[in-house]
Amino acid sequence: MPQAYSPGLLVSPGRTVRRRRILPITGEVLVAPGDHVTARQVVARTSMPGDVEPVNLSRVLGIPPRDLPQRLMRQVGDAVHPGDVVAHSPGLFGLFPKDYLAEISGTIEAVSRVTGQLLLRREPRSVDVLAYLTGTIAEVIPNEGVVVETSAAVVQGIFGIGGEGCGSLRIVTPTSRDDLTADCLTEELAGCIAVGGRRITREAVDRARELGLIALVAGGIDDHDLREILGYDLGVAITGSEALGLTIIVTEGFGEIGMAERSFRLLKSFDGREASVNGATQIRAGVVRPEIVIPLTQREFTETELEEPVLRNGAAVRVIREPWFGELGQVTELPHEPRLLASGSLARVAGVKLQSGEMAVVPRANLELIQG
Amino acid sequence: MNHGPSNEQREPAWRANPDSLEVILATDCGSTTTKAILIEKIDGVYRQTYRGEAPTTVEEPLADVTAGVINAATEVGELAGRRLVDDQGLLVRPARGKDGCDVYISTSSAGGGLQMLVAGVVRSMSAASAERAALGAGAIVMETISSNDKRPPYKTIQRIRDLRPDMILLSGGTDGGTTRHVVQLAELIAPARPQPRFGGQYRMPVIYAGNQSARPLVEETLREACELSFVENVRPVLERENLTPARDRIHDLFLEHVMAHAPGYDKLIAWADAPIMPTPGAVGDILQQIAKRDGLNAVGVDIGGATTDVFSVFHGVFNRTVSANLGMSYSIANVCAEAGLENILRWVHHPCREGELRNRVKNKMIRPTTIPQTLEALIFEQAVAREALRLSYLQHREFAVDLRGVQQQRTIGDLFQQNAGPRSIVDNLQLDLLVASGGVLSHAPRAVQTAAMLIDAFEPEGITQLAKDSIFMMPHLGVLAQIHPRAALEVFERDCLIPLGTCVAPRGNARPGDVCFRYRISGGGFSTAGELHVGDWKLLPLAPGDTARIEVEPHRRCDMGAGPGRSISATIHGGIVGVILDGRGRPLRLPTERHDCQKQMDRWQKELNLYAE
Repeated sequence: MPQAYSPGLLVSPGRTVRRRRILPITGEVLVAPGDHVTARQVVARTSMPGDVEPVNLSRVLGIPPRDLPQRLMRQVGDAVHPGDVVAHSPGLFGLFPKDYLAEISGTIEAVSRVTGQLLLRREPRSVDVLAYLTGTIAEVIPNEGVVVETSAAVVQGIFGIGGEGCGSLRIVTPTSRDDLTADCLTEELAGCIAVGGRRITREAVDRARELGLIALVAGGIDDHDLREILGYDLGVAITGSEALGLTIIVTEGFGEIGMAERSFRLLKSFDGREASVNGATQIRAGVVRPEIVIPLTQREFTETELEEPVLRNGAAVRVIREPWFGELGQVTELPHEPRLLASGSLARVAGVKLQSGEMAVVPRANLELIQG
Repeated sequence: MNHGPSNEQREPAWRANPDSLEVILATDCGSTTTKAILIEKIDGVYRQTYRGEAPTTVEEPLADVTAGVINAATEVGELAGRRLVDDQGLLVRPARGKDGCDVYISTSSAGGGLQMLVAGVVRSMSAASAERAALGAGAIVMETISSNDKRPPYKTIQRIRDLRPDMILLSGGTDGGTTRHVVQLAELIAPARPQPRFGGQYRMPVIYAGNQSARPLVEETLREACELSFVENVRPVLERENLTPARDRIHDLFLEHVMAHAPGYDKLIAWADAPIMPTPGAVGDILQQIAKRDGLNAVGVDIGGATTDVFSVFHGVFNRTVSANLGMSYSIANVCAEAGLENILRWVHHPCREGELRNRVKNKMIRPTTIPQTLEALIFEQAVAREALRLSYLQHREFAVDLRGVQQQRTIGDLFQQNAGPRSIVDNLQLDLLVASGGVLSHAPRAVQTAAMLIDAFEPEGITQLAKDSIFMMPHLGVLAQIHPRAALEVFERDCLIPLGTCVAPRGNARPGDVCFRYRISGGGFSTAGELHVGDWKLLPLAPGDTARIEVEPHRRCDMGAGPGRSISATIHGGIVGVILDGRGRPLRLPTERHDCQKQMDRWQKELNLYAE
């Protein structure tokens, strides 16, 4: 029987975190195994082949494609710069000669005798890969990148937008039940990661961008606000490449939902510390969740073992669908036989004692184990 | 557990005599779940007897697809009281007494299935044919590039570079025609240096299926950059498509490259007694076989969490489309974005708060495995399903058209339609069978809900049989049909399809209050007659396996297939739902005012007893 519940998100005061930092194509690795690196340090570099600009040379010169090779002043593989004569046509009986001058810097990649196309590849672009985490180089993958390892406290979010960043972690609301509003954000938070309790408001996002914050983290966000922030209605949860100038991470979901007390307490205990964040989310095969990683000193670090994610009596759970969406509780009963739900479906359920004291019967598929 | 290579090399007896097959194990390795079924010969007839499932294991920590296969097979074996897996973790073959199976077959869509880029010279001609070949083979088409798609060449090159498909299908030009345009396309692919999705060590497979005269030029252009192979032209002349060679080559490359690079697939390929097929390709094959054998026009739909596949066979022509981001969990927010929440709420008969619903939709997207607990949540999900299905079918009808570029004889009627575009070959009035699969359809608490979702989304016209795939067995049967077509068809009829019943609905809209049609039904143990008013629908019982004769006399503005106002007589089939007489009109028009629409939906859901009070 497959697991009929979500294993839950990681909230841990002490984990060894390893992240692969890989170049998009092969290149040069700038660090060695065992090196200490900082989050903003470049660990690998490559140059991406430039974009290709096709030019219909045959049409430009007014000659048939098969005649092109003898009219070329520069050959395939030659570098050219703006203004260089790439090809010359003497015209008919020496009248109306024509030149084709390069408009960009690059290299001649190919010339086709069939279609008359000239392909000019632009100068290569340099691509840097940063360490992302402050830590040590655990492994070097020759010509491809590295694995950075650090001892850290980790909080995984459920959903995020925007890419990677690092900065000082700052708690900006008194409790996990307070919204992260524009009023919570001041100029001194420029370059920081602001953590709030309940909902990130649209105005807070605008203000954070004005002030130059790195990231906003809280329990929830309203779908209406997200649409306005992105400028479109997000259809599929594959994110991370949004150019917002800011990373947004929510730990619980959409709506007015406070951050789980345990996550809030953990983040609060690191107020003022350097942290790395990544908003990238992918909810398909190969799930990627957003994260907040706070590197620890040797003295602070104690590895917490993760328990096998098993739904059992006494397990701490969160209900992840209405009618009790967001509520926390403890499993009190796991009946073997499927039960009839109000929807009319039969499903395997769990009895849960909610924090409010109410006893609820919830489909196991609608429960998330609280791990850490 | 050791999941090493399979049993001793042997030439099994069933190859010489397929009817000697007694026990067949089939798996479908999906992205999240591996589903196994057991098929056994009982009293000379093949029946599906047991099923089991286990999580798919292509990702870490196991990273070996065969582990999931063994787990699913073990579960089936335990349920069947048959030892299918031995102590070494190997499949036991051949079957002896209560041990083992004779044949093991599989389909796969794990790791995102087969993803392709297709290119053709003219968007509506060779590119469309290439797209049909790729979709028919079971691929997800990530992008279709054509010479006339109005993109500047540098953007096309950039796009090819950014995508990481499993393979590329290049077509263009009729045989013996101009070579220039298709070579131009090849010249865009070469500098992009496309990278395959899996395995940095091998070169991108490119299938060339265009003008055969251009082969040497295409080879010269692409041989450095790609792993090139040639098949016959998908469009040798404008009037004809030739998709089979390209589809076969896609299947070969799927096994050689895509499957071979997925974890554990080398073992799985060695275990299987027939080539592993992409899941949707197998579904298409079985639907085609059924349609061909019974002379039917059929539509099949599989609505999943991320995508919705629609398959159709009309007059022997097969089409498949994948609506990549229309699904019930991962893509549920996209259904809302594309359809608009107001269109989804048309199908909901109780009051809702829009802002709250939007948040709920997004929460389902980020936690895709949850299920509706309350009746309101179920009604809303079924409303989303109607829109996902409606949009997918719309896309399918737009795609499944007659061949462009072919001179066609048009009638006077066509001239008055002012329709210059291609004609869809999908005609609801000629549709005989509509098959549903996918969680929201297969697992609806009441079968009548499945029927209602199908009718509302597809709007079948005339007389249409409705059925559902009981446990999504069509992929298994598609691959089984490769080695034993009779077994596949027997199981399809007896165990795979659960007949829901028949929908009787005329095309056209008469005035409210008019009689939409008069009917007389006899057979199947009862006889009844009556009339149905415009805007009403009605459910009559007719048990599975029973048939009856129906005579329908439609309103003069309504057409049951014989022309407006003309009576028809036909056989109707029973099912677990029965016969639905639908006088609500085609196309189905719902009130635009939310309050009126809510009242209308409430009346309709009560007429069919869709939901508990």
